[in-house]
Amino acid sequence: MSRSLLEVERISMAFGGLLALHHVSMRVQAGQIKAVIGPNGAGKSTLFNVISGLYRPTEGDIRFEGRSIVGLKPFRIARLGITRTFQTIRLFPGMSVLETVMVGLHRHTQAGFIASALRLPSARREEAAMRAQAMQILEQVGLADYAQHEAITLPFGLQRQVEIARALAATPKLLLLDEPASGLNHQERVALVDLLHAIRAQGTTILLVEHDMDLVMDIAEEILVLVYGTPIAEGPPAAIREHPQVIAAYLGEE
Amino acid sequence: MWKQSSLMQFVVVTLVILVLGLFEWWQPLGLSVSTLTGGILTFNTLTRIGILTIVVVGLNLLMGYAGQVSLGQAAFYGIGAYTSAILTTRAELFGFPSAVAAAWWWPWLLIGVGAAFTALFAYLVGKPILRLKGHYLAMATLGLGIMVYILLRENIGFRASVLNLTGGFDGIFDIPRLRIGAFVLWPIERYYFLVWGIALCALALAHNIANSRVGRALRALHGSDIAAEMVGIDTADYKLRVFVLSAVYASVAGSLYAHFQAAVSPTPFHFLGSLGFVVMAAVGGMRSIWGAPLGVGIILFIQDLLRAKGDRLLAGIGNEAEPVVFGLVLILIMIFLPNGIASIRHRHPVHHSGGGA
Repeated sequence: MSRSLLEVERISMAFGGLLALHHVSMRVQAGQIKAVIGPNGAGKSTLFNVISGLYRPTEGDIRFEGRSIVGLKPFRIARLGITRTFQTIRLFPGMSVLETVMVGLHRHTQAGFIASALRLPSARREEAAMRAQAMQILEQVGLADYAQHEAITLPFGLQRQVEIARALAATPKLLLLDEPASGLNHQERVALVDLLHAIRAQGTTILLVEHDMDLVMDIAEEILVLVYGTPIAEGPPAAIREHPQVIAAYLGEE
Repeated sequence: MWKQSSLMQFVVVTLVILVLGLFEWWQPLGLSVSTLTGGILTFNTLTRIGILTIVVVGLNLLMGYAGQVSLGQAAFYGIGAYTSAILTTRAELFGFPSAVAAAWWWPWLLIGVGAAFTALFAYLVGKPILRLKGHYLAMATLGLGIMVYILLRENIGFRASVLNLTGGFDGIFDIPRLRIGAFVLWPIERYYFLVWGIALCALALAHNIANSRVGRALRALHGSDIAAEMVGIDTADYKLRVFVLSAVYASVAGSLYAHFQAAVSPTPFHFLGSLGFVVMAAVGGMRSIWGAPLGVGIILFIQDLLRAKGDRLLAGIGNEAEPVVFGLVLILIMIFLPNGIASIRHRHPVHHSGGGA
């Protein structure tokens, strides 16, 4: 068996007396689209925050490409190849869509304070290359027409796409998407599904948290169900759909 | 290559500075800037605008771009000023031979020494306090400013009573003028051009940083710390670096101030000095490089105006007129131009989308 890209090993996360995650284990295989679902307050976003290094888990281990990433600063984890989007959109006010994506290219570029202040030829070349590359990403995501718009003034659905474009610019091996479809209209949802398939086709692994069951059943190859911070089921969509505990958790016990 | 528009702005500003300087120097037909403005705008003020512009443009990078508040900038300004003042007038206390202390290049070297020392100080202080955010960071930098001020005022040095390092309340006098070989950069007509030469360099470097990968990283961590980390930006490192950079800017300006006044005393490095820098930055516009000279110019102009005409304009308020007027200006700016004066002619680099939520 090949080693998994991401291995989450018995993670628990306590906030004071509240246990948000309890012994959660999960694996994500390279090339997969995997989803984490569960009712509100199930700990899905907490799981993402733990993986991306915003929270340090109370116990357990997380390995990425076989290497433990627990305790690493978020930017270090990002540099290893895990980037993410946010449920509540976090764009940079005052920045154009193009600039936002250029920020995503940060970890692949060099120019520091001195090279930038003096506009050294290396910094200028790099800047031009970044601009071209960011434009390419925008074309791929379908945002090229909005390159010069201020990102935070765009409609909600487009803002979500800008976040994805920014994360993609950092060329992640694993892309974490926190509720990418929430607040999207039907048309935007269709575009999102296409985009996710395109991203996966390029070899990027995707782990998403999502409320929209239809979307999850549509694109995920494997699903983990969390209820009150505890995993209750894991498997392909067909199996999850039939799982009695999942049905009970979603429909309420009779 | 620079964008055409920013290159034009630099050319225009440089020309204005040159014209003002040459006009004042030659005084054609007996006219000068000060006679034309009824003595309110003098060479002295124009030079001070240049010096303080250097401090404020550094503060703009720190506050306007990176979003990190500093209420202690006068401390770095003071460290630069006192490094130059002490080591030009008391070099022998540190074991430097008098031949070195008398050399023309010595004060120039000290500007670099002061900047390096300030950078080290800012690095050591910044490392712990930049973990703080918002108001907490403001309070910490405020405390820093007060501490440095007291150190300068209370004449603390090694064997203080014997050596009289900072000169206490009275400060230090007889600081030599800067010179290149035998060419002394004084009277003020000469110093004006030196100060503005350095200020324009400071503005150009800051402009380049603001419009680069580094500038984007600073704006990103300002907009969302977490989102910046998530694409691999070491936000703690960037905050520290821009903090150190702003301190170096302030230090260089401090050294220029010391050689301008030929004397230093603790007062300008008081907390109120730091507050003044923040007001200048806010009035001019923190998110623009040009906000710095604009803000400094407006505040110094009002200051001079009040000193010249204040008694007649605001009878009865007397010495208190200055803070009252500054407070009023700040309130008006915050209400009507929250992005500062520079935002009036600021052409937005990005389009605002018409539709959307």
